[in-house]
Amino acid sequence: MLLQQVKYLIAKEVKLEMRNKYALGGILLYVVSTVFVSYLSFKQIINPATWNALFWIILLFASINGVAKSFINETKGRLLYLYTLVSPQAVILSKIAYNLVLLSVISALCLFVYTLFVGNIIQDLPLFLTTLLLGSFGFSSLLTMVSAIASKTSNNFTLMAILSFPIMMPLLMVLIKLSKNAIDGLDLWDTNSLLILVFLNVIIITLSYLLFRYLWRD
Amino acid sequence: MESGTQNKTNKIQNVSPSGAGASKYWWKILAVILLLYTIIKGFLGPVPAQPILHESIRNLYFHVPMWFSMMVILFVSVWHSIKYLSKSTIESDIVATQAAHTGMLLGALGLITGSIWAKYTWGAWWVADTKLNGAAITMLIYLAYFVLRGSIDEEQKRARIAAVYNIFAYVMLIVFLMILPRMSDSLHPGNGGNPGFNKYDLDSNMRTVFYPAVLGWILLATWIFTLRVRLEKLKRKTLLND
Repeated sequence: MLLQQVKYLIAKEVKLEMRNKYALGGILLYVVSTVFVSYLSFKQIINPATWNALFWIILLFASINGVAKSFINETKGRLLYLYTLVSPQAVILSKIAYNLVLLSVISALCLFVYTLFVGNIIQDLPLFLTTLLLGSFGFSSLLTMVSAIASKTSNNFTLMAILSFPIMMPLLMVLIKLSKNAIDGLDLWDTNSLLILVFLNVIIITLSYLLFRYLWRD
Repeated sequence: MESGTQNKTNKIQNVSPSGAGASKYWWKILAVILLLYTIIKGFLGPVPAQPILHESIRNLYFHVPMWFSMMVILFVSVWHSIKYLSKSTIESDIVATQAAHTGMLLGALGLITGSIWAKYTWGAWWVADTKLNGAAITMLIYLAYFVLRGSIDEEQKRARIAAVYNIFAYVMLIVFLMILPRMSDSLHPGNGGNPGFNKYDLDSNMRTVFYPAVLGWILLATWIFTLRVRLEKLKRKTLLND
């Protein structure tokens, strides 16, 4: 029942995204131009710490921009219509799943353009990609929830940033540490940090699942 | 003196369902006694002579209890947010907000006392340290919570959405405070190879002040918080009467 609803809602999201492609194009262009700006200002980055930090900052802002619209663009009428048809859990889970796909695309593009311009210094690519995927997962679930909160307010884009930054810090710090390991090519996979990352994702999804039904009803 | 005036206001307030009856203000007296004891014994009592800390070790009685009481008060805040979501009584919302405000006050005091302490022991007002980052994140989260509250006009909606954010943010904060110490070293005692206070600094003499101090500050924080709640309720009441 729930899965069925989630499936339909994801299909709806994809269909809507495809219908006005300029929104998706806009966010992808945002990533490319931000990377290009940092390339012009930094030229080549050899210091791993700087490379890593800049990459995650670009990705962080791109993710916030990408996910922010997921609830803010929903019209009141459409939400009301959904409300009569499906359960709130299905709505939040489908949005998270859709945003996961969106953020995976954004982060893959970001990595590609970034390594192309700024230089590739990653030594352990599988670990970096795993980190990136888990990061997209965490970002999507956390930002979807924050976007749902921010969409209820009057100045939602400012709020999106100030509400999400502080609660994203734990995620971001683990991600930066793991990806730094990947860049340095340390042979051992830090299973501890990976577990923390998975644990964080589980917590965020559980909280979204439990709390969303209090959010969307007006 | 203080307990006398408190007594009167308590009696007036007794009509409203604010919980404690007039006979239950003994903990306020206890708070005053404990804090007087903390201040007098804390500044005059004997402390172990440590190389870098010197007399600044007395800040332990003031700086550390601030964080303890902040966490207690913030827990009260999140507890009432959960209560609001299940019962939807506006009183829970008032309590949650005022607890968060009190928590911020304690956090600010903790930052100030810590900053002064850091200047004289570590040599800078602010250092790159996991616990300081945790404190900064806590402040940011709750300031964001107040901004969120400010940007919603409708009372019920504001209470509900703020409650959701409060719960969400608190859980992330707890996780953050649990994870962070495992990720890097800290200059604080008991972390990153630094010996904890209980190893040699906090001798039994200091314990006799430290534990009462913690209890005293927590009680004072609770007192401030209950006063804020009552003030807010009175404000709402006059607002309704107008």
